[in-house]
Amino acid sequence: MKILDIIGPVMIGPSSSHTAGAARLGKMARLILGESVVQAKIKLHGSFRDTYRGHGTDLAIIAGLLGYEADDDRLRDSFQHAKEAGLEFSFSPVALRNVHPNTVVFELTGISGRKANIVGSSIGGGAIEITEIGNYQVQLDGTYPSIVVICSDVPGILAKVASVFSIYSINIALMKQSRQGKGAAGEDMMIFETDQQLPDDLCTVIKRIDGVKKSFILPSL
Amino acid sequence: MREFDNYSDFIDEAEKQGMTIGKLAIEYEAYQQDKTAEEVKTIMQARAQVMMEAVLDGLQGRKSLSGLVGGAGKQFQKYMIDGKALCNDFYGKTLAYSLAANEANACMGRIVASPTAGSCGIMPGIFLAAKECFDLTEEQIIDGLFVAGAVGVIIGKKACFAGAEGGCQAECGSAAAMSAVALASMLGCNNQAASDAGAIVFKNLLGLVCDPVAGLVEVPCVKRNAASALMALMAVDMVRAGITSTIPLDETIDAMGAVGAMMPAELRETARGGLAVTPTGLAIAERVFGKKS
Repeated sequence: MKILDIIGPVMIGPSSSHTAGAARLGKMARLILGESVVQAKIKLHGSFRDTYRGHGTDLAIIAGLLGYEADDDRLRDSFQHAKEAGLEFSFSPVALRNVHPNTVVFELTGISGRKANIVGSSIGGGAIEITEIGNYQVQLDGTYPSIVVICSDVPGILAKVASVFSIYSINIALMKQSRQGKGAAGEDMMIFETDQQLPDDLCTVIKRIDGVKKSFILPSL
Repeated sequence: MREFDNYSDFIDEAEKQGMTIGKLAIEYEAYQQDKTAEEVKTIMQARAQVMMEAVLDGLQGRKSLSGLVGGAGKQFQKYMIDGKALCNDFYGKTLAYSLAANEANACMGRIVASPTAGSCGIMPGIFLAAKECFDLTEEQIIDGLFVAGAVGVIIGKKACFAGAEGGCQAECGSAAAMSAVALASMLGCNNQAASDAGAIVFKNLLGLVCDPVAGLVEVPCVKRNAASALMALMAVDMVRAGITSTIPLDETIDAMGAVGAMMPAELRETARGGLAVTPTGLAIAERVFGKKS
């Protein structure tokens, strides 16, 4: 719990959870996609669904998808900027089970055709939590630079990945794992949140490990 | 740096180390952010600047997009200048500035979420009015903001800040309690008395629901910011008079969190209860959005 997160952030009004948090969720979703967004299907749940127009939640989410910060003056006119940037989007209501009242579902397509389905919640005061990437349950708040590793569910793979961090002298602040299926046919998603900025070549090294299918860096928000 | 689970832990540690809560909170934050004390103070100073600018922005009297709010801070300032106010200069300025900063937020102005945007008028109102009325230095203001932050750390751990989670008591209640402890400290109260000021605020704002008309952060938010700010001033006045709080601050924070958890969803920022579903509230929702909220 940081004081400057409580007395902060600096943001464009009117709502920390429904405007600033929404912008940060959009930005985090773009970071996870890893490229410019060209198409976004956005579904709103709970209080997001009931009150989004009054809070500019829609403007904020689009601003975030464009990569803007929550205190960027362009947030107020983000739909116009999206048009200029070639980002097509739609908003629709959704009813989810067992999620935070301020939850959004993103179905994104990037400029190279890459796709990502992401679920995240705005948990108050502008803080966010990404809870699903693809079919994986995750818990990611954008506080730390992170690296995501998708690999086969086989013994020893975590130790191999962790050894790379050791070589680079990177301290792991938090590590979370989620899996689909079991064994070589199964798949793991490991997310390492770290105390240091991550070097670009880290993913290249990790991808050389046998069984690693995919790896990408997520900068902190 | 140790973890603090109760505000009394901050008091104990500060007294053990022979430093003020403000200084301890700066060290705590420097540790949390992996920065120097000077660096976190500089960031806080920039936040204080945005707070003051938000007050000035609001005092221009622009209307929000819905047209529901805007201009009240300016109106009250004029009423003060005309010498008609029942309250003294400090109370009046706090009221006008709290209204103004929250109106700036409703107009999609740039603000500091402190702790949330819905409650962003309270700290700027109190701090700017205190700065003007008591000739506080920049250093004292920054220190005070860190004291408020220390209270916030405990609220965040024990309860919550989001209206959607704990109602308005979590937003305006927290902002007012944090400010009360800070203001009492800035005006020279001892740690226990300052802590009691925060407790008194929570005791009086406990159970306050979040029922925004049409789901907008406008009605009743703007006036609740002003009223909560004055609640903080009253609490500080009481402890300065030597009045104590029977229930300690930490326990009032626990109570706030527990009450929030018991609150039905209708009263937690969904615009499905309270003022939002009064005939006038519903009519406004229909006018603003062309449908019932």
